[in-house]
Amino acid sequence: MQVPAPFEYERATSVEQAIALRERLGEEARFIAGGHSLLPMMKLRLANPEYLIDINDCTELFYITEDADQIRIGAMTRHRELLDSALLAQHFPIFRDAEKVIADPVVRNRGTLGGSLCQADPSEDLSAVCATLDASCVIKSTTGERVVSMHDFHVGPYETAVGDAEMLTEIRIPLKPNGSSAYEKVERRAGDWAVVSAGAAVWMDGATIAEGRVGLAAVGANTTSIGPVSEILRGATPSEELYQQAGEAAAANCSPQTDQRGTAEYKTHLAMELTKRALRRSVTRANGQEA
Amino acid sequence: MQVTMTVNGNEVSEEIEPRHLLVHFIRDQLGLTGTHWGCDTSNCGTCVVLIDGEPTKSCTTLAAMTGGHEVTTVEGLEVDNVLDPVQEGFMQCHGLQCGFCTPGMMLTARALLDSNPNPSEDVIREAISGQICRCTGYSTIVRSIQWAAEHESAVSIGSPA
Repeated sequence: MQVPAPFEYERATSVEQAIALRERLGEEARFIAGGHSLLPMMKLRLANPEYLIDINDCTELFYITEDADQIRIGAMTRHRELLDSALLAQHFPIFRDAEKVIADPVVRNRGTLGGSLCQADPSEDLSAVCATLDASCVIKSTTGERVVSMHDFHVGPYETAVGDAEMLTEIRIPLKPNGSSAYEKVERRAGDWAVVSAGAAVWMDGATIAEGRVGLAAVGANTTSIGPVSEILRGATPSEELYQQAGEAAAANCSPQTDQRGTAEYKTHLAMELTKRALRRSVTRANGQEA
Repeated sequence: MQVTMTVNGNEVSEEIEPRHLLVHFIRDQLGLTGTHWGCDTSNCGTCVVLIDGEPTKSCTTLAAMTGGHEVTTVEGLEVDNVLDPVQEGFMQCHGLQCGFCTPGMMLTARALLDSNPNPSEDVIREAISGQICRCTGYSTIVRSIQWAAEHESAVSIGSPA
């Protein structure tokens, strides 16, 4: 029987109360959202918090809303809502692509966007999705809030910019004209962690790409956004040669390791191929054709 | 700590350790052994129960987190000696062989039919894709759920939907 080691349980019903608890209980406390990453880690003793602060009753953190120039998503928004959201599907089809292949429907009933980002597993899909969309994270404390880019949010594998007395409360995604996006994932079996995933987003200016971004998952640290690919795509005209060039840049800027999911060589190949496919699909969608 | 929740329509209040998983709370403390305990890693889905009507893997949920919520286990499907159409469907269409995955499969089916009374085969297969039948009897499970959809009475029973 796998059960977590003993801990004390607290329940917060508001963000204010959650942050106050976190500040009082200190570094040995963790928030628990859906629990589908944290509880398995606790069963394996890879995480051993002394206190768990349950934030499932923080109803103010469940929302997906559109502002003038951005989409705001509450940190407790569950995978199922991200998958079902017509608003996200309209602006960022990458979410539906990715959510269809994250775990399974029952797990998606519980797991949350904020929990996924805070887990900061290099193989986790939503970090690549959010980085591809140039999202930023709202982090609150008792003294106020700060907004950090996805790049600054991820300090390293399993490490984020969220401090001991802070809480991730919202993810903001900028709305820019003529854009679309896509996600491609190769997995060994349905619902598994990615062997490799690639997300792409493009914003068009007529027939050329005004801005393009690519993010990868499961190919090492700091690959949720590949800067050199953005350089290649800026101002370029979409073509198979361009996708190939971008794919090669993505492959050159990742550092996968050989493990039971595949060899480093195979994963590097996937990084290139999936980048090409995600870019091709993004451009097709941005041009108003379904892909 | 004390936890109070509604299980199959009855309020229960028990003293628990915070680390107690919902599956063990249901089986060991409440004695409702219809909820099965399988892989322990949220992969197999035999431990699925409904929390406020939503299928949830009870091996990856703390009993403490369920306090104040409504839980439905397989024992809650039958009401006054009348089987839920999903149970009837599993009987009619041979939806089980060894029966280990059956409680979770039936609860997921119940939740699916509550939100979508007329699901396509693809939708059914997607809905149960978080659950494993090691007898590989998926075809008959799908047929059982289709039978239930076709024979659903006007009033849905057994679920807080």
